[in-house]
Amino acid sequence: MREKVPGPTSKAGSIPTKMGSWSTVKPVLKGRCTFCLFCWIFCPEGAISQDEANKVVLFNYEECKGCGICAHECPTKAIKMAEPEPRGGE
Amino acid sequence: MKLRNVSKEELYRCSYGCAGCASVLAVRLTLKVLGRNSVFVVPANCISTVSCYYPQAPFFVPMTVMAFAATGAALCGISAGFKRRGREDIHVVGFSGDGGTADIGIQSLSGAIDSGYKFIYICYDNEAYMNTGIQRSGLTPYGATTSTTPSPCFENRPKKDMMRIVAAHDIPYAATACTSYPLDYMQKVEKASKVNGPTYIHVLAPCPTGWGFPPERTIEIGRMAVESGMWQLMEFEGGEFRITHTPRRRRPVAEYFEAQARFRHLRLEEIEAIQREIDASR
Amino acid sequence: MPGKAPVKKYITANEAVAHAARLARVEVIAAYPITPQTSIVEKLASFIASGEMDADFIKVESEHSALTACMGARMAGVRAFTSTSSQGLEYMHEMLAYSSGGRYPLVMANVCRSVALPWSIWGDQQDAIQQRDTGWIQLFTETAQEALDMVLQAYRIAEDHRILLPVMICLDGFIQSHTEELVEIPDQESVDAFLPPYDPVVTLDVDDPHSISVGGFGKHYAAWRKEQQEAAERAKEVIVEVGDEFARIFGRHYGGLIEAYRIEGAQAVLLTMGALVGTAREVVDEMRAEGKAVGLIKVRAFRPFPAEELRQALSQVKAAAVLDRDCSYGYEGALATDLKAALYGLANPPAVLGFIGGLGGADVPPERMRYMLERALSVKKGAPSSAEFIDL
Repeated sequence: MREKVPGPTSKAGSIPTKMGSWSTVKPVLKGRCTFCLFCWIFCPEGAISQDEANKVVLFNYEECKGCGICAHECPTKAIKMAEPEPRGGE
Repeated sequence: MKLRNVSKEELYRCSYGCAGCASVLAVRLTLKVLGRNSVFVVPANCISTVSCYYPQAPFFVPMTVMAFAATGAALCGISAGFKRRGREDIHVVGFSGDGGTADIGIQSLSGAIDSGYKFIYICYDNEAYMNTGIQRSGLTPYGATTSTTPSPCFENRPKKDMMRIVAAHDIPYAATACTSYPLDYMQKVEKASKVNGPTYIHVLAPCPTGWGFPPERTIEIGRMAVESGMWQLMEFEGGEFRITHTPRRRRPVAEYFEAQARFRHLRLEEIEAIQREIDASR
Repeated sequence: MPGKAPVKKYITANEAVAHAARLARVEVIAAYPITPQTSIVEKLASFIASGEMDADFIKVESEHSALTACMGARMAGVRAFTSTSSQGLEYMHEMLAYSSGGRYPLVMANVCRSVALPWSIWGDQQDAIQQRDTGWIQLFTETAQEALDMVLQAYRIAEDHRILLPVMICLDGFIQSHTEELVEIPDQESVDAFLPPYDPVVTLDVDDPHSISVGGFGKHYAAWRKEQQEAAERAKEVIVEVGDEFARIFGRHYGGLIEAYRIEGAQAVLLTMGALVGTAREVVDEMRAEGKAVGLIKVRAFRPFPAEELRQALSQVKAAAVLDRDCSYGYEGALATDLKAALYGLANPPAVLGFIGGLGGADVPPERMRYMLERALSVKKGAPSSAEFIDL
């Protein structure tokens, strides 16, 4: 493995800039999640993950651009776009 | 393929793509199928623009930016190189936009298919040069306005039929897809990856910025394109075309047009003429 | 050592170049036909067909794709080769700059030919000169032997980790490409000792993944360009070093960045590049025999430009006559301009007389070379020099 590759080159998967600051509204789970995974597969950013133990989806606000596809495609309308509540302890 | 079995690994993250971008989604879905054993060639287009500015590197697999007209040739060279090294197991993927495929890159694509080397050429089609500000391409559909076909002089030529162009090369496998049908798309990518030769996948990728709709409707708009018959999901294999998805309900094309700013100027008789053409082609 | 002796054969420079690519164990060839280059790749195709060479020949649909495919092969970590001429080189232009900026150690042979319009398939050096600023190392050769030897050296220079820049070996259309000369074809074992297997740096490596050939804003962009310039400057040393090592193994030495011929005590020196050097050498010998203080400088490296070497060689000379087989329209021949820039600041610089000749395959006979040197001998210090077309 080389320390430095000459020319215009970046280490793959270097993502110092997170895109979460682009939007103010974020998806919030308000209703019952049926774990259908539609939101997960349609999220362009890969900012939704699966909590298999609890059978719910989780949102990565650091990378979510707030497009709202997840809320729009949710068959049970369980996801709402809203200003997320501040997380405790941070 | 079932949603539950799709890889959970995210190999394309934090691009500078617009919110709700279906092209970004197409990259993500492609990598869910091909995984880490793949390399990407991305010519001048939205995806290279939102993925290639040092030090941000959203691709978690090796990728290279490529000159606009050169995707096909680069795929041949890389594929030949991997073949020489006994690494034909590595998926060599081109990810080119509609202009890079149907216009400036069509010669190189033709040469590449003709060469017979193994690669997957993916044309993600957002129906105009979006990255430079929504100029008309050879894949802009009849009736759409762009910044170079402004209203009232909307695009007056039909979309080039890339599937018939690649089929005329006797390509071993080609398919159309749409990001609103992810399992259908991913199955096609998987199928292409198993072909020992050139393959082509043309994925319709709705663009909120260029088409004029709110970002949360990206998936819905793609679905409307297929349901209205403006886009068909098909495969070309063994010299035959095959429809892979027939919509349960057929949607009037007027609904698809109404949902997007780029078709707003169309008059009723123009819409009716397009509808008649769609009906005749089914 | 039995079976290891080099073979001597009457072949063209094009065939010599093909032998060099074979001996360099090139694994991917991508090329498109164009006169007068075509016989290089035809020969390579026949090597592959006969089993003398084990390589993939990608029959691309254009020169743009030929160079791109070679770059792709390098991305996959294998040695590649292409060759072209004239319009083909022009058509590659975008990829020339692309591949040097991406730091791909490509090697190509350019069989120099004039550029349309006016249309001509015959030789001059306008094609190569027009690519001067694409970031390629450009080395000009005089004979079929030198063309062969320099293609082998080009791989060493390009792939040197201190360099990682593409190299274009230029040979003159028809004078070299279609004229048979006695050439010593090295044996494989000696070439293997000189040229080790390719150790790639910029690659698409699934085990160590990078985004390669990406972009960057101002500061980053400038830093990469500065690195590229430093590598191009460093190439001056490496070209000399590789030439010396080649001489130790094969016994042929061409003199580094420039070859100075009989310049001791010379009042007037002729400078040129490529196959016309052969004629110039004879003219210098003749004029020296007549007691005239003339000499010759064969410029072998056009980029990187041997400015320091030329300053030293010409510091005591009264006048330099430059024969360019090209023209930068609206100014003069490119070598003349570069030479003037190199001499700037010398305490007592020679006058520089620019001549443009050998265009579109025009012959430059000894009388014309003599004329240029006579002009240089009689020039008054500081005399203005605008380019003179000598073919008319």
